[in-house]
Amino acid sequence: MKIAVCIKRVADSETRVKIGADGKSLDEAGVKFILNPYDEFAVEEALQRKEKAGAGEAVVIALGPPQAQETIRTALAMGADRGVLLQTDEVPADGLETAKVLAAELKDGGYDLILFGKMAIDDYNHQVGPMVAELLGLPCVTTVAHLEIAGDSGTAEREIEGGVEVVEFPLPAVLTIEKGLNEPRYPALKGIMAAKKKPLDVKPVTPGGGCGGGRGGGRVEVVARVPPPERKEGRIVGEGAAAVPELIRLLREEAKVL
Amino acid sequence: MAPKFQGVDFYDVDALLSEEERAVRDTVRAWVDDNVIPVIGEAYVAGHFPTQLVPGMAELGLFGANLPEEYGCAGLDNVAYGLIMQELERGDSGLRSFASVQGALVMYPIYTFGSEEQKKQWLPQMASGKVIGCFGLTEPDFGSNPSGMLTLARETKAGWVLNGAKMWITNGSTAHVAVVWAKTGAIDDPESIRGFLVPTNTKGFSAKDQKGKLSLRASDTSELVLQDVHVPTEALLPQSAGLKSPLLCLTQARYGIAWGAVGAAMACYDEAVSYAKNRLMFGKPIGGFQLQQARLAEMLTEITKAQLLCLQLGRLKDQGKATPQQVSLAKRNNVNMATEVARETRRLLGANGILAEYQAMRHLANLESVYTYEGTHDIHTLILGQEITGISAFG
Ligand SMILES: Cc1cc2nc3c(=O)[nH]c(=O)nc-3n(C[C@H](O)[C@H](O)[C@H](O)COP(=O)(O)OP(=O)(O)OC[C@H]3O[C@@H](n4cnc5c(N)ncnc54)[C@H](O)[C@@H]3O)c2cc1C
Repeated sequence: MKIAVCIKRVADSETRVKIGADGKSLDEAGVKFILNPYDEFAVEEALQRKEKAGAGEAVVIALGPPQAQETIRTALAMGADRGVLLQTDEVPADGLETAKVLAAELKDGGYDLILFGKMAIDDYNHQVGPMVAELLGLPCVTTVAHLEIAGDSGTAEREIEGGVEVVEFPLPAVLTIEKGLNEPRYPALKGIMAAKKKPLDVKPVTPGGGCGGGRGGGRVEVVARVPPPERKEGRIVGEGAAAVPELIRLLREEAKVL
Repeated sequence: MAPKFQGVDFYDVDALLSEEERAVRDTVRAWVDDNVIPVIGEAYVAGHFPTQLVPGMAELGLFGANLPEEYGCAGLDNVAYGLIMQELERGDSGLRSFASVQGALVMYPIYTFGSEEQKKQWLPQMASGKVIGCFGLTEPDFGSNPSGMLTLARETKAGWVLNGAKMWITNGSTAHVAVVWAKTGAIDDPESIRGFLVPTNTKGFSAKDQKGKLSLRASDTSELVLQDVHVPTEALLPQSAGLKSPLLCLTQARYGIAWGAVGAAMACYDEAVSYAKNRLMFGKPIGGFQLQQARLAEMLTEITKAQLLCLQLGRLKDQGKATPQQVSLAKRNNVNMATEVARETRRLLGANGILAEYQAMRHLANLESVYTYEGTHDIHTLILGQEITGISAFG
């Protein structure tokens, strides 16, 4: 079984991010970057599928800056066989441009499965997986929470509002992975050492062919980034049961939530 | 869920680490967050080592991580090894002690003084956590001065017979194999000290847990008794020769302790900062008062210094240039530093600081053991004193 996993380098949501001087970008100073957590589930799934099949290859592919090599090596340390960095300093704001670059790389790869995290935690777009499927003319199942594969078809479960949707699909297919599909392994120390020696292809790319309005080409432009408003300090309106009438009055008249 | 530990790095020491070193640190850090922090307070109060963590540690490759891959180890450099110790002790000194004993005090002597057969027999099994080891040097009447030890090994037709008692032995009651140091010659001849690999199920070997510990409670500490313990010739570590052999092991372990102490200090500092920002008294966060700020400033300063000390020591060790005296300086400074940081954190936390729910008091109590074992603070002072003046102040 030959599996590709598309992974993204993202800022760790646990670090406090600052907005750059241009008001549009991220100030990367002191920010820790990690493998997108949803992609971790996708990598783990690829490894388990490959291990189960007893043969095959798990290839991780990232579109990103040179530093994304480190992200790729995290996946290699977990156990992926080789990595491809589609290198650009301009990661597109337009998901379609990212999808085009990835699809071009994936097209002739002969993959049985192409996995994505359901979304990247930096832009929350949920776009790239389905777009790649569309560009490659492959079936796509998003937010997969349970997965069975037998022969050249598979069954996936998706958690939808109020229930579970069961979807059958033929291989090859593109799947985007929901958290909880598996428990991603820690990259073991031997894996970390071995990752250095695994093949990592770096291919320079120019998303959007260098044209288009936004960063990395395409039709989407980030015009501003704004931090969430500071939460206003709370107020203590009284203590015990005696405070309840006043609290209800304020919730009704001031906060207008009742 | 508790927030993930972000480390303490005021001087961008991260930039001095290689990508692999950071990856190793991050893996162990995440593992400790997920597996140790949720259970350690309870294990500490209950007074037992959380043995359920051993397979996970082995799977990550934490045991003997700086020994070569051909024996099933991870083959890391000494800085990466140090970072492992830092992160483990950020969880608990008991956990780091377990790894120190397994790696630096049992696997290391087998690797350094053992025959090829011994290495092949023991190291892969110890790396995988299937075999647990302990290190028996200290005796009831010989702590700081192990050269006076009374445990004897006498050659027989079929091998050796050992007699004696060892005290304060970490992992003593859980271990499958003990490295026992004994005199093979006259009772006053420390040059005759040699190491033996004694399976703990050998007849005449017994281990009894030390009860009533108020420190390192999440770690097993035992007394070993060896009464006519017969072992075959192959139990001897052939290259071990004299007191300097166990001391070489201690240098390895002390190196890891110097890093580990930084981890414990970071855990406390992290707790202190968060508490100082959130605890309101006299209408503002206690972190807004100069006294508490001075506490925090002192902690951060000392942690930063200790970090840099460890890193350079590790780089020297990788170049084969680190001296035992340099290791003594780092162990002495960093453990003392961490103890102070733990104490100040405990105090900053007020009444909450005495609870097992917080970390400071546990680390503080643990660090009192770390201060004493692997050469007491005083003994390292004397080692440095001798290095500086050329005059020994020991005897
Ligand atoms: C939790 C724990 C785990 C341990 N694990 C192990 C283990 O796995 N294996 C092992 O072999 N040992 C182990 N030890 C033993 C440890 O190494 C010894 O406790 C240590 O070496 C000190 O010996 P002692 O306790 O006999 O103190 P002593 O040597 O009696 O010292 C008592 C005091 O006198 C001071 N002192 C001693 N000599 C001098 C001097 N010349 N000048 C000035 N002051 C001096 C010391 O600094 C100390 O303050 C462990 C100890 C503890 C507490």
